[in-house]
Amino acid sequence: MQITVTVNGAAHTREVEPRLLLVHFLRDELRLTGTHWGCDTSNCGVCVVQLDGQPVKSCTVLAVMADGREVRTVEGLAGAAGLDPVQQGFSDKHGLQCGFCTPGMMMTCRALLDRNPDPSDTEIRVAISGQICRCTGYENIVRSVRAAAEMERAARVEVEEVQA
Amino acid sequence: MTTTDTTGVDAPGTAPTEVAPTQVCASTPMGYGSMRRKEDARFIRGQGRYLDDIALPGMLHGAILRSPFAHARIVSIDTSAAEAHPKVKAVITGETLAGLGLAWMPTLSHDVQAVLATDKVRFQGQEVAFVVAEDRYAARDALGLIEVDYEPLDAVIDARTALDEGAPVIRDDLDGRTDNHIFDWEAGDAAATDDVFARADVVAECDMLYPRVHPAPMETCGSIASMDPVTGKLVVYTTTQAPHAHRTVYALVAGLPEHKIQIIAPDIGGGFGNKVGIYPGYVCAVVGTIVTGVPVKWVEDRSENLMATSFARDYHMRGEIASTKDGKLLGVRVKVLADHGAFNGTAQPSKMPAGLFHVFSGSYDIAAAHCQVTGVYTNKAPGGVAYACSFRITEAVYLIERLVDVLARDQGWDPAELRMKNLVQPEQFPYTTALGWEYDSGDYPRTLQKALDIAGYAELRREQAEKRERGELMGIGISFFTEAVGAGPRKTMDILGLGMADGAELRVHPTGKAVLRLSCMSQGQGHSTTFAQIVAQELGISPDDIEVVQGDTDQTPFGLGTYASRSTPVSGAATVMVARKVRERAKIVAAAMLEVSPDDLEWEKGRFQVAGDPSASAAIADIAMAAHSDLELPDGVEGHLDATCVYNPPNLTYPCGAYICVVDVDAGTGQVKVRRFIAVDDCGVRINPMIVEGQVHGGLADGVGMALMQLMAFDSDGNHLGASFMDYLLPTAMECPSWELGETVTPSPHHPIGAKGVGESATVGSPPAVVNAVLDAIGVRHADMPLTPAHVWRAMRGDPIRTDLAID
Repeated sequence: MQITVTVNGAAHTREVEPRLLLVHFLRDELRLTGTHWGCDTSNCGVCVVQLDGQPVKSCTVLAVMADGREVRTVEGLAGAAGLDPVQQGFSDKHGLQCGFCTPGMMMTCRALLDRNPDPSDTEIRVAISGQICRCTGYENIVRSVRAAAEMERAARVEVEEVQA
Repeated sequence: MTTTDTTGVDAPGTAPTEVAPTQVCASTPMGYGSMRRKEDARFIRGQGRYLDDIALPGMLHGAILRSPFAHARIVSIDTSAAEAHPKVKAVITGETLAGLGLAWMPTLSHDVQAVLATDKVRFQGQEVAFVVAEDRYAARDALGLIEVDYEPLDAVIDARTALDEGAPVIRDDLDGRTDNHIFDWEAGDAAATDDVFARADVVAECDMLYPRVHPAPMETCGSIASMDPVTGKLVVYTTTQAPHAHRTVYALVAGLPEHKIQIIAPDIGGGFGNKVGIYPGYVCAVVGTIVTGVPVKWVEDRSENLMATSFARDYHMRGEIASTKDGKLLGVRVKVLADHGAFNGTAQPSKMPAGLFHVFSGSYDIAAAHCQVTGVYTNKAPGGVAYACSFRITEAVYLIERLVDVLARDQGWDPAELRMKNLVQPEQFPYTTALGWEYDSGDYPRTLQKALDIAGYAELRREQAEKRERGELMGIGISFFTEAVGAGPRKTMDILGLGMADGAELRVHPTGKAVLRLSCMSQGQGHSTTFAQIVAQELGISPDDIEVVQGDTDQTPFGLGTYASRSTPVSGAATVMVARKVRERAKIVAAAMLEVSPDDLEWEKGRFQVAGDPSASAAIADIAMAAHSDLELPDGVEGHLDATCVYNPPNLTYPCGAYICVVDVDAGTGQVKVRRFIAVDDCGVRINPMIVEGQVHGGLADGVGMALMQLMAFDSDGNHLGASFMDYLLPTAMECPSWELGETVTPSPHHPIGAKGVGESATVGSPPAVVNAVLDAIGVRHADMPLTPAHVWRAMRGDPIRTDLAID
């Protein structure tokens, strides 16, 4: 069937099998390979993307369910102004090693900061508790998100000062 | 929290870092120190290039049909319906492979393994047929169209019954085989050890299982094979930690000319030992491309990964420890029953069937030790050495650290004091153990004391006593480990006859930028950064100006790859040596530039200067340009600025560490909460402390997972009960505490920069700390991992259960 999905701001119309998973639509049809696949059972979260702003596991969403909706992937995190603070935080605080879980982690953490700009360590851990990282032991992911929150807070203060 | 403590022992030419770990330098350090990783730029943008991200023109997709039975005779395979599928291009069975002489392949332990089963299936999940189709969905669809008629056979699931009279013979493919015995192997002096035990005041013994676990990297294994029918060149993109070893094995297995094989490891999404071996799927992809004439991709799913690729451990151990009545350890001995699964495919130095397990006397000054290991076949997946185990040092450390705790408990001794009393002393290094290892350096008492200090050990014990009064279960567990990493030397350590030495090649370009080519392969360790920092330290070229090339056998020198924490000890040393060779050449060039004798030159990082005249000097970039210029060099001196080197380690390096785990156990449910985890690691000189810390964090999470969660049990029919992440539970951020790290630094005296390697230290050292803590909390002498709530509950009621079998 034909679907139109907006991915990182660009609309894509494709003829797809109804059983096609969103993760495979992104990776194989659109060649956006930053979103990974890891487990089949929605336990690991390396496939997390945002669907209308909410983090979802794209291995458990059919591509047809994304018809007419907006998907944001890791490729859409950085903007014209440069890296998203979450990306910068992961780099600054060594929040990744092999990098395989990183896109999914960052999409979840971006959504977290969008709804809670100053999360506690526990709130960060709860937010990523549906995702698995085998390399970092999570400590530096928590630090990365905290660093990102701090960067965004500093940026907000700067804007407020300019406005004042 | 991080605490640093450096000994007075300095490695030649190095100073321990003064940069606080995890504090990234404001600018790129010209050498050692924490710096952001160079590889992260692509990973954080989703631009990593992992195996499944690669799509070659015309590429087809493979899928494997696997056995539902643990042990069954194959009566017939009918592939006609699958072949009739409109999108299927080929169906390959064991019979197809037999025609090519490829139905069986050699393992890394002098056995053979079926690529696709011909006679029998010997474990659930074994490879039976391979479908090649136009897309991954169609390939999977076609698997369901293959009809296999099986005749089920009794299976050997409990390793403890594998050698019983009348047990089903699993390997009847081997000539004259009438039982499931693989090998007997021993190390140490049995008579001397028996003598010590006969005279000892105190002996403690304990049966323990280090259960089967799986490394489960987030990226599963896969391969894309592409044979050019005109040139005959085979290119294999594959998830491998050891690309050069893979190339040689493909050449030997398939009879292909080695110079016509190119192995390319793209970015690897975690390995931990899972990506050392060659799996049947890789060989099938190669056959697939030969048969179809176009590239074939095969990527396993998660259940395939957990069921069929390299597991780890599965050691059934009966350990004994002897001491005087005042707690001086005298001897340790152990009998091991090793479950190797259906094919003996363990990956370790080929002269050592139990790997490096015989470091099990651990960190203690023990006069006598002996082990006897028996390997058996069972109807389970092959493997055994994987998951950051340093060739089975995980099992060795677990054994000794549990025994010490059991002894302490039996005698009412404090486990910290008992350890402190028996640690090898700093002045005893180099220390030769009762099992023949020469430990290179360490200050074990200081390392342990530091961990005790960070933990506030005395205060924790007070808190524990108070909680016990109130009926609350709190436990404190200690582990002290000595690792042995950086294999070779090549004369004692080889894999399939390939000596464990590694090459490095360094070219400094005319403008002073450089490219370093390595035989090892990162799976997330940050080689592009760390190895550039080593060159920077040696030559004064910024790490930003050094490209590190790895993973492509056409682009890199030969070597055995990255596992057993050997990259820094071996390839790191090769990098130092090759950089120093380049520096020697640079000195001659600089002397010609400055018109002085090389003997008059002094090296200041990044430049040679005339002794006593700092104004007369040549920077490395200028030397590089001069080396490529028309400058006249002395007779016999080649131009350019490059070198190659092969590093054959003179000995292993011996990192160590003291770990303390604090847990709270819910008396009503058996649920364990890891409240604190203190880890003081001594891995010698740290090149990038941020990366070292990160690797320790990951290994500690491994320890929590193995000790508490990761259950890979089998039912009596051999059904794998941990074949998805819904059943095989890995630790999330909720199970992991905020790690508390410390460090001591005793450089390795035989490594050119005193570095020892750290990748597996925490995975090796942490499980016994967690188990010791849980058992301390619930007051139980021993219970096997994983200490799930159900297992803890049973242990608390004096009825611990086997964790490897779902048979009660």
